[in-house]
Amino acid sequence: MSQVQMRDRPHVPWWNEPKNRGYVYQGLLFIVLAFFAYEAVTNASNNMRARGIPTDFSFWNKTAGFDVNLTLIEYSAAASTYGQAFWVGLLNTLLVAVVSIVFATIVGFAIGIARLSNNWIVAKLATVYVETLRNIPLLLQLLFWYNAVLKPLPNPRDALAVPKITFLVPEFAPTVICLALGLGGWLITRRARLIEGVAVIIANAFGSLLMLAALGVWLFGGSGVASVLGQGVVAFGGKAGIYLHNRGLIFPEVHLTDSAWMMGAALLAAIAGAIAFRVWARRVQRSTGEQQPVGLVATILIIGLPLLAYFAAGAPASFALPELRGFNFVGGTRILPEFAALMFGLALYTASFIAEIVRGGILSVSKGQTEAANALGLTRAQGLKLVVVPQAMRVIIPPLTNQYLNLTKNSSLAVFIGYPDLVQVFAGTVLNQTGAAVQVIAITMAVYLVISLVTSFVMDIYNKRMSLVER
Amino acid sequence: MSDQTIGNKQVAFVRRDVTGTLPAPIMTRGLPAWLRENMFSTPLSGVLTLSSILLVVWIVPDMFRYLFTDAIWSAADGAPCRAPGAGACWAYVGAKFEYFMYGSYPRSQTWRVNLTLVIGAVLILWLLLPQAKKKGLAALMFFVVYPVAAFFLLRGLDGVLSLVETNLWGGVLVSLLVAAVGIVVSLPLGVLLALGRRSQLPFVKFFCVLFIEFVRGVPLITVLFMANTMLPLFVPQEWTPDRMLRPLIGVSLFAAAYMAEVVRGGLQAMPKGQFEGAMALGLSYWQMMRLIILPQALTTVIPGIVNSFIALFKDTTLVAIVGIFDFLRTVETARLDPVWAGPTISTTGYVFAAIFYWVFCFAMSRYSQMLETKLAAGRRR
Repeated sequence: MSQVQMRDRPHVPWWNEPKNRGYVYQGLLFIVLAFFAYEAVTNASNNMRARGIPTDFSFWNKTAGFDVNLTLIEYSAAASTYGQAFWVGLLNTLLVAVVSIVFATIVGFAIGIARLSNNWIVAKLATVYVETLRNIPLLLQLLFWYNAVLKPLPNPRDALAVPKITFLVPEFAPTVICLALGLGGWLITRRARLIEGVAVIIANAFGSLLMLAALGVWLFGGSGVASVLGQGVVAFGGKAGIYLHNRGLIFPEVHLTDSAWMMGAALLAAIAGAIAFRVWARRVQRSTGEQQPVGLVATILIIGLPLLAYFAAGAPASFALPELRGFNFVGGTRILPEFAALMFGLALYTASFIAEIVRGGILSVSKGQTEAANALGLTRAQGLKLVVVPQAMRVIIPPLTNQYLNLTKNSSLAVFIGYPDLVQVFAGTVLNQTGAAVQVIAITMAVYLVISLVTSFVMDIYNKRMSLVER
Repeated sequence: MSDQTIGNKQVAFVRRDVTGTLPAPIMTRGLPAWLRENMFSTPLSGVLTLSSILLVVWIVPDMFRYLFTDAIWSAADGAPCRAPGAGACWAYVGAKFEYFMYGSYPRSQTWRVNLTLVIGAVLILWLLLPQAKKKGLAALMFFVVYPVAAFFLLRGLDGVLSLVETNLWGGVLVSLLVAAVGIVVSLPLGVLLALGRRSQLPFVKFFCVLFIEFVRGVPLITVLFMANTMLPLFVPQEWTPDRMLRPLIGVSLFAAAYMAEVVRGGLQAMPKGQFEGAMALGLSYWQMMRLIILPQALTTVIPGIVNSFIALFKDTTLVAIVGIFDFLRTVETARLDPVWAGPTISTTGYVFAAIFYWVFCFAMSRYSQMLETKLAAGRRR
């Protein structure tokens, strides 16, 4: 029987057999690729020898002899090697990437949620932000921040002094009056049915205005409402020891004394306490359904305990105020303008993409979920927090990681404004000094590749855990 | 049994009497109702509204003054722009306009650039407008005939047009050139890579995955560095590629890897029945792809393709790192001209560049959104 079937199968010449053809095509591709690779390697070794370009990695341990203006590890032009310069550049890349990622996430989520806001003007402003920033090349934005905003700042001798912000303050009465009137205005809106539409808006607007004023007076202590409108801020005297000029932002340096370990210990204790509270709150919620204010308690613990410890240890920190001597400041910690420009540019640009991802994620949760949350009596904020966002995160996280990777890769644009990142230090200066183009570029690419691969590996694990388990 | 218990359970509250009638809702239409709904629905919303209005009032008038009323519209040199309180120096943009457009391209020959750009624009419109007919012919013209014609038009042809070396090219011309070459090369190459990645042949698949993941894992700058410094090492010395050609190769390969992932999305979205149907008809692999799969797969991912064109267009600014005078680089260079140098020059140049890039990218993204709605029409319920 089986033999009959065998005979029924049409005779196919061996060169038409898909399997054999597959072998042939792959063999051809392999030969072509191998030929190119062989040509490239022989040409490269000939050319490199002809031009006297080093072909090994011996430059790694040679003295670098150039300075870098931001180093997280010990580094000096005279004593450090090219290898150490590599690590300096890599750490600077990671530094700017991590800081920018944090900012981009905060701004991106805020803008993404704002685009979905019921508030018309907020939603429109968020749209304008997204459509403007994501349609302008990142490099242009970086150059703008660096050359048009930070570089024209006055030189250190005429530095802008950031005014001291006084908390809890001389103008106590205006704050309280504004607060009371504002609350009154809001309360009227709560009893909306008593009065007609226009009055509600006026009351709410008035209340909101006074609330803003109260906040302004409390924060800036300036002359009443004017300070809120952005005028009184600089006029207010007192210096906080923070200066802004064309060589960066200088602020007081913190010196810790021996008993400062108590603050660290308090912080650890606070974190442990917060986690314990959350575990307990979960248990309570499971058995009774009651919710505990986890966020509030955690915030109070994490801010309060170290603060307590700070005073209990007798204020173990001193602040070294920067001082103007001659043409520059002495003392204090400095943030480089290059770092600031790169960070602003990366964070604001990437935030516009994150905002779109967040918006898409939230919209992907079906309307029934929101309606069900409403039907359960959850407020809009509760519904978002407890029902919509946890489901949206499943959609948001994978593209969000992609954006983080893009941001890290885009941090290589540092080379255009002179921030000493991996590309600027290693693929720029080191390459120019040693001429070892092939090795240097291979190492640089390998670093970014490793970062990408590790991230996608972690994401794969996360996705497997998060993906819906269906029957 | 007390009133507050039902069965054995204690309950907090039981309503006994019928509630009163609620008053009629306040206005639900008209401007006040809209304001209440959209601007002052809650106290927080009120605060946000006012903060936003404050922000707008704080920024927009100043911006308007800087860009229009205080701006210097005509001047022979930078002196009027250096006056205190002067706004944007549009006179500077006017004076440098030719440089921004053509770089150092000989001024007597700029008609060649204009002609190339106009032909390109016409072909692109033909390709993109949904109403236009004979798209196949348009694609052939744009992807095959146009690049060759543009090359000879821009670079020159012995005896007919004078030779213009590529190191004189610059400005918008180069930005558009890099973008156009990137698009023309990356689309077919991306399709091939995507097919390779989905291929049954293990070695082909391996190579394509390796290439795509490698390129997507590294920044464009390193690819440009590689194209600029390593490419000349990989070929025999007498073949050393032109300085303009190296970044073009780098950008094209980079864009192709991203394009491949977009196309792969489209291939994966194809139902299996389409493949099986094509095979049952006895079509060969390439016939199946050309006649059945790719037309459908590419159509579904047109928005994604346009999005990667937008990314590519923004990325063209990076070629400046290997010494190519693209539009942004000309803006950067012109900024330092001592005749014009002044406090407002940088901002003016950047604003001008931003408007240029924004208009292009925004138009493309609107086009992709329009297509998305159009393509989704068949699937809309």
